[in-house]
Amino acid sequence: MGERPIRVLIAKPGLDGHDRGARVIARALRDAGMEVIYTGLRQTPEMIAEAALQEDVDVVGLSVLSGAHMALVPRVADLLKQEGLGHVLLLVGGIIPEDDAEALRRVGVRGVFGPGTSTEAVAAFIREALGAATTG
Amino acid sequence: MSELVERALGGDRRALARLLSLVEDSEAQAREIIPRIYGLTGRAHIVGITGAPGSGKSTLVGRMARAYRQRGLSMGIVAVDPSSPFTGGALLGDRIRIQPPSGDPRLFVRSMASRGRLGGLARGTTRVVQVLDACGYERILVETVGAGQSEVDIARAAHTTLVLQVPGAGDHIQTMKAGILEIADILVVNKADQQGAAQMVALLEAMLSLDPRRHSQTDDAVWTPPIIRTVATADQGTDELVDTIERHVTYLRRSGAIRELERARIAEELCAILREELLARALAELGAARFAQAVARVAAREADAYSVVAEWLAGSASTGVERRT
Repeated sequence: MGERPIRVLIAKPGLDGHDRGARVIARALRDAGMEVIYTGLRQTPEMIAEAALQEDVDVVGLSVLSGAHMALVPRVADLLKQEGLGHVLLLVGGIIPEDDAEALRRVGVRGVFGPGTSTEAVAAFIREALGAATTG
Repeated sequence: MSELVERALGGDRRALARLLSLVEDSEAQAREIIPRIYGLTGRAHIVGITGAPGSGKSTLVGRMARAYRQRGLSMGIVAVDPSSPFTGGALLGDRIRIQPPSGDPRLFVRSMASRGRLGGLARGTTRVVQVLDACGYERILVETVGAGQSEVDIARAAHTTLVLQVPGAGDHIQTMKAGILEIADILVVNKADQQGAAQMVALLEAMLSLDPRRHSQTDDAVWTPPIIRTVATADQGTDELVDTIERHVTYLRRSGAIRELERARIAEELCAILREELLARALAELGAARFAQAVARVAAREADAYSVVAEWLAGSASTGVERRT
């Protein structure tokens, strides 16, 4: 099983059209040796959960810049649990105030990354979190 | 394992997704899973789609999937994108254009990285298709990497092969090059609203008129590859394309050509598995040290690669090639 690359879904829920951050992180994770499924702009939480299920990913990364993260992210977290994907590492990137980040962690988000986070840090975070999950 | 297989066959999509990963990730797992499902395969019609990057394959696949779902047929999609030869990573972006709607249990889309395989498909593609077939998906679309000229693998994996062309791509000589156009059962000129579309159609028609088709081996029923114009972004030509694919399905079944296709595919698959197993056995028997020694000898020009391999085979117990003859 060691040969399986980490599979990551990068999705942009909501209506804002700024996908630069999502594309940068998708590319960086690809360069870190991961298989990154990028689904593009304006995805509904249902589409994201469905893609995560069909693609059998280890990680779901959501990029939200619209300020609607409190509406969208808990919904995705819920749907993932409903689909039996509660084990999937859920990450959020974007402009997220600290209070909101705390609330998101409570609904199951494992990592919240703000502007200026290095892409290496995200890759390292994923490796560590998944390594801990499989060995522990 | 058998519980997972049962659940997948019973329609559990989460189990199906896991099963696809297992057969994709390792030979050893595939060896356990495929025998449990193989008896249920052979019902799906497999459609391959190839064409240069940017020719609109994914957009067209998305349109076709919707058209097929409207006709009541269930649909599996396998979209292959390249892996980086340096990091092993991959960016799988076909879902952006396919845009599968959510909440349709009879549509299943799976992205695959090529994981070092050339030829437009991944090593596990055949097995992934077999699992989808066993789980009852009636039409399976396989979208290749899209390198454009050497993807003949798809013709062996699929029953119906679509080759996408776009206006302005290449001249007479490009269309005369061997390979990619000869594998087409259906030629699709996508972006047919753009300048040069008529010329591209004319070029393809000219080429086809010169080319004795491989399908014309059967005397009475001959399939001549039709040329279909589409504008995938505007959903134009999709219905005609799906009609044409279904005509090909009927042709293959009525003429019996589908049996020959199956046999050729199975022969190919047997050889591929044999190649892998023999190689694995031979390498295990040799051991890493002897193998490295041989690399050094060949590099130092003390021996050549042919002679080294002949030596190995002559002394080999596991491959047994020399012993039994």
